[in-house]
Amino acid sequence: MTRTDRIAEPWGSRTPYGPGETWPTRVDSYLADGLTEADVDRWVQSATILHSNGDGLDIAVKDDRIVGVRGRAVDRVNHGRLGPKDLFGWQANNSPDRLTKPLVRRRGKLVETDWDTAMDAVANRAKELLEEQGPRAISFYTTGQLFLEEYYTLGLIAHGGIGTNHVDGNTRLCTATAAAALKETFACDGQPGSYTDIDSADVIALYGHNMAETQTVLWTRVLDRLAGPNPPQVICVDPRETPVARAATVHLAPRPGTNVMLMNALIHELVAHGWIDRDYIEAHSVGFAELQKQTAECTPEVAAAVCDVPAEQIREAALIIGTAERLMSSVLQGFYQAHQATAAAVCVNNIHVLRGMLGKPGCGILQMNGQPTAQNTRECGADGDLPAFRNWSNDAHIADLAKVWNVDPMQIPHYSPPTHIMQQLRYIEEGSIRFMYVTATNPAVSLPELRRIREILSQDRLFLVVQDIFLSETAQLADVVLPAATWGEKTGTFTNVDRTVHLSEKAVEPPGEARSDLDILIDFAHRMGLEDKDGAPLVKWSDPEGAFEGWKECSRGRPCDYTGLSYDKLRGGSGIQWPCNDEHPDGTEHIYVDGQFWAQPDYCESYGRDMVTGAPVEKTEYEALNPTGRAVLKAAEYVAPHELVSEEYPFQLITGRTLYHFHTRTKTGRAPQLQAAAPEVWVEMSQSDAADRSFTEGDLLEVTTPRGLVRARVRISGIRPGVLFLPFHYGYWDTADGSRPRKERDGRAANELTLTDWDPVSKQPIFKTAAAAVRRVSAAKGQPSLAPTTTGSAPVTGGVPPTTGGAQAHAEELVGGRR
Amino acid sequence: MKLDMAIEELHRSENHLVTVLTSMSDKHKTDHEVFYVCRDMAKWSRQHVADLAGIGTDFGLRLEPEASEDPGLLASVKQRTAELVGRRSTPGLLLLADLRHLYREAAGTSVDWELLAQGAQGAKEKELLDLAQRCHPETLRITRWANAYLKVTSPQVLAS
Repeated sequence: MTRTDRIAEPWGSRTPYGPGETWPTRVDSYLADGLTEADVDRWVQSATILHSNGDGLDIAVKDDRIVGVRGRAVDRVNHGRLGPKDLFGWQANNSPDRLTKPLVRRRGKLVETDWDTAMDAVANRAKELLEEQGPRAISFYTTGQLFLEEYYTLGLIAHGGIGTNHVDGNTRLCTATAAAALKETFACDGQPGSYTDIDSADVIALYGHNMAETQTVLWTRVLDRLAGPNPPQVICVDPRETPVARAATVHLAPRPGTNVMLMNALIHELVAHGWIDRDYIEAHSVGFAELQKQTAECTPEVAAAVCDVPAEQIREAALIIGTAERLMSSVLQGFYQAHQATAAAVCVNNIHVLRGMLGKPGCGILQMNGQPTAQNTRECGADGDLPAFRNWSNDAHIADLAKVWNVDPMQIPHYSPPTHIMQQLRYIEEGSIRFMYVTATNPAVSLPELRRIREILSQDRLFLVVQDIFLSETAQLADVVLPAATWGEKTGTFTNVDRTVHLSEKAVEPPGEARSDLDILIDFAHRMGLEDKDGAPLVKWSDPEGAFEGWKECSRGRPCDYTGLSYDKLRGGSGIQWPCNDEHPDGTEHIYVDGQFWAQPDYCESYGRDMVTGAPVEKTEYEALNPTGRAVLKAAEYVAPHELVSEEYPFQLITGRTLYHFHTRTKTGRAPQLQAAAPEVWVEMSQSDAADRSFTEGDLLEVTTPRGLVRARVRISGIRPGVLFLPFHYGYWDTADGSRPRKERDGRAANELTLTDWDPVSKQPIFKTAAAAVRRVSAAKGQPSLAPTTTGSAPVTGGVPPTTGGAQAHAEELVGGRR
Repeated sequence: MKLDMAIEELHRSENHLVTVLTSMSDKHKTDHEVFYVCRDMAKWSRQHVADLAGIGTDFGLRLEPEASEDPGLLASVKQRTAELVGRRSTPGLLLLADLRHLYREAAGTSVDWELLAQGAQGAKEKELLDLAQRCHPETLRITRWANAYLKVTSPQVLAS
C-alpha cells in the first residue's frame, strides 16, 4: 500500500499492462480526519459523480456522516481507481452552507419557509399559467447530475402531464453534440464504444478531448497502456498543450473553428490512400459517394491553410489512423462546444464506418459525456427528447409511449423538436415562457453571455423555481428555492458513457429538511393534480425502485433496454452495460456488431438534420435514403466561424475545464484540497503572444469581448499562439458579490465574454470561438498565476511552484486490491 | 434558345434571395439562430449569383457577379430595431411572416433552377447542367430550413 499526494499526481502510480491483457486492479481510497478502515461503521455502494466516467466506489460512513470513499475493485470501469475529484469532492456534502429549508421571495428577499408553502407557491403558479396561457408558458431546465429515476419522472411530468415540449438539460452545454452526432450516423443515440476498447486498441485518437483532466481514471487506463509493452499510438487534436498532447504521437493544434476542415482532410487522405474497408462500406453504409465528393478537394494543403496545421502533420495523423488495426476514438468539448460541432463529431463516426472499425474489441467510438448522468438525461427524455430513444416525428412511437404512460397521444407534444435551452431563454425574453423550473444546475454561470442571462432570469414576469443543494448564483435570482438531497443522501441509478449502469445507494440522511429530487418532483406532480387518462395519478411510483421499474417497462424493446436489470442485480458486483434484457442478461459490451444498427426508419430515434442549417430531415426523405437502416456517412462542408478576429479583438477566446473542478465549483470549490489546487480564475496565453506584449507570468490582465470583461492573472502556457483560454468554473457565489460582478471590473466568469450562438444541429452553444482583446491591468511583481501546473495549464516559463496538495491530499493506493 | 433568359431570371431571383436572407437576418438579430443561419445560407446564394454571372458570359449575358445588398447603414438600423423590440411578443408574428416569405421566395428560385436544369439538358449544355445540379440542392435546403423553422416557431406564437 502506498500513500500518494493525489493533487500533485492526479493519475496516481502506474500499473503497466499490454494489449489484450486485463487492466490491473488498484484500489484507491481516502478517509478524512486520520480515520482508518477499522473506524468505518459501514460502506455503501455507489459510483462517482463529479465527471462522466462512472467509476464504482463505496462511501464510508461513520456516526451517520460520510467520512470517505474507496474505489470498487470489482467494477469493470475503474478496477478500483478513483480520481482527485472523487477522493476529495464528497466533503462538499457536509458543507455548513447546504440549503436546509425551502425559500420564497417576499418583498424582494428570499426568506425561509415550510415545504407546504413553497410547493403550493410553485404548483399554484404553474396551474394559473396553464389555465391562462397553456402548457407553452412552462419550461423545465435540468441537469446531467440527477439520477435516472428523477429524469424519467421529470420527463413524464413535463411531456405526459403538463404537455410542454420546453424541456432541456444542461447536457445541452456538454453532450448534446454527442447525441446529435450519433443520431446523424447511426440514427440513434447510444455509444458504440466500450472502455475495454482501450485495453486492445493500437491507436487511440482523442478529438478535442482532454481526457487526462475530464476523465482522469480513463486516462489512467491509457497511461497504463502507454507504460506497458506494445503501447498504442495516441493522436491528439487540441489547440492547447494538454497532458494528452504531451503523450501523443501526433498533436494537431488547429485554429479554433476549423475542426471540420481538418477532419475532412483526414477523410480525404483515408480515401485517397485506400485506407478504407470497401466491403464494409458497401454492405453497411449509405452516403459514401457524397462524402467522397465533399472531401475530394480537402487536401492536407488546403486544410493546412485554413487550420494553420502543417500538411505533413495531417498526413502523419492520417497514416496512423488509416493503418490502425484497432482504432479507438473519443470526442469531447473541443469539438462539441466549437463551431460546426455536430459536423465535426460526425466526421469521427465517418472514419470508423469507412474503416469498418465498429462492434469489435478495440474499435469503439466514445462520443464522450461531460457529466455523470448525462446519458440518463438523454435516455429518459429530460433533455426534451422522448424517453428510450423514441422518435418524436414517428407517430407510432408516440402512440406506444402514450400506451406506456396511459395518456392520450395528443397530450404528448411532438409537433416539433423539443425547445432547447437557448430557445427557451428567447421565449422567456419575449415573454411567452413565464415559468421555469431549474433542477441542479447553474445557468447564471454556465450559459453564454451572462449579462443577458441575468437580465432574462431576473425579469419580474418570470416565475423562477430553483431546486439545488446550495444557494447558487441562479438560486439567488429565484422566486422559490427548494433544498435538495444529493449523491449519498438518496438512492438511484445512473449510466456512464460506455452504457454501464450503476446503483448509488443512500448512505446518510440529507441535512435539515432537504428532500430528494424524486420526492420533490412527485410532490409537485400530485399538487398539480396530474392524472392519466383514467383519472389515476400520472406518476405511479413513490420511491426510486418504483421509478426504475416504471422506466424498465418504458425501455422494453428499445435500444437502451433495461428490462434485464434490477436494483438487486446491480447490488454487490460491478456496473452492467445496457442493453440488458432476456437476450443479453449480463449486459452488452459491444453494440453494432457485424454492422447491425438501430437505424431502420420505423425503429430509429432520428431521421437526422441538415448539417449546416439544422433543419430536420423528413421521414420520407430518410426512408428513401436509408430504407434498410445502415450507417449514414454524412458529409459536411466547412463553414467559417461567425465571429472572426479583428484589429480591435485580435485573439480567439476558448473556454474550458480544469482537472480539479467540476461545473461551477458548487461542490469542488467546497472541497479544500480541490479548491486549493485551482483557487482562482486564470487566463492562458502563448509565450510568443506574451513576449510581443512584454507580459510576464502572473500579470493581471483584462480580457474583453463586445459582451463583457474578465480580469485574471496570466499563465504563460503551451497554448497555440493567437488563442486565449479561460476556465469556465469560476462564478460569484464565493465572492462578496454573490450572484454577479458588483462592478464590471469584478467580472471573473468566462461566460461574461462568450457569444450567443449555437450549432444549428445539436443546439449546443459555442464556447470555442469568440474574438477577444487583452490588456495588462497591473504587473505580476513576482506573483505567478495560481493555475495548476500539473495539467493543460502547465507553465512554460520557470519560477512557478508546482501544484501539490500536501499531507491532507495523501490518498491510499493498493495495487492488486488485497492486503 | 432562351437559356439566356432563364439564366438572367435565376440571377435575378438568387440576387433577391440574398437580400431576403440578409434582411431577415438583420431584422431578427435577437433570434440568434435565425440571425446566423440566414447569414450562412446567404453565402450560398451569393455564390450562385457569382456562378450564374460567370456562366452567363457564354450566353452573351453581362450579369453582375456580386449580389446587390442592403447598404451597411440600413442593416445596422434593422439590427438595432430588432434589439429594441426584442423583449416584446410581436416579433414572433413578424418572424412567422418573414419565414413564410422566405419559403415562397426560395421555393420560387428552386423552381427556376428546375427550369434551367431541364433547359440545359434539352440543349445538352453540360456545364450549365453541372452548375444547376451543384446549386439547386442548396436552394432546396433554404426552403427546408424555412419550413422547419416555421414548424418550430408557430406553436409558440399561435397557441400561446
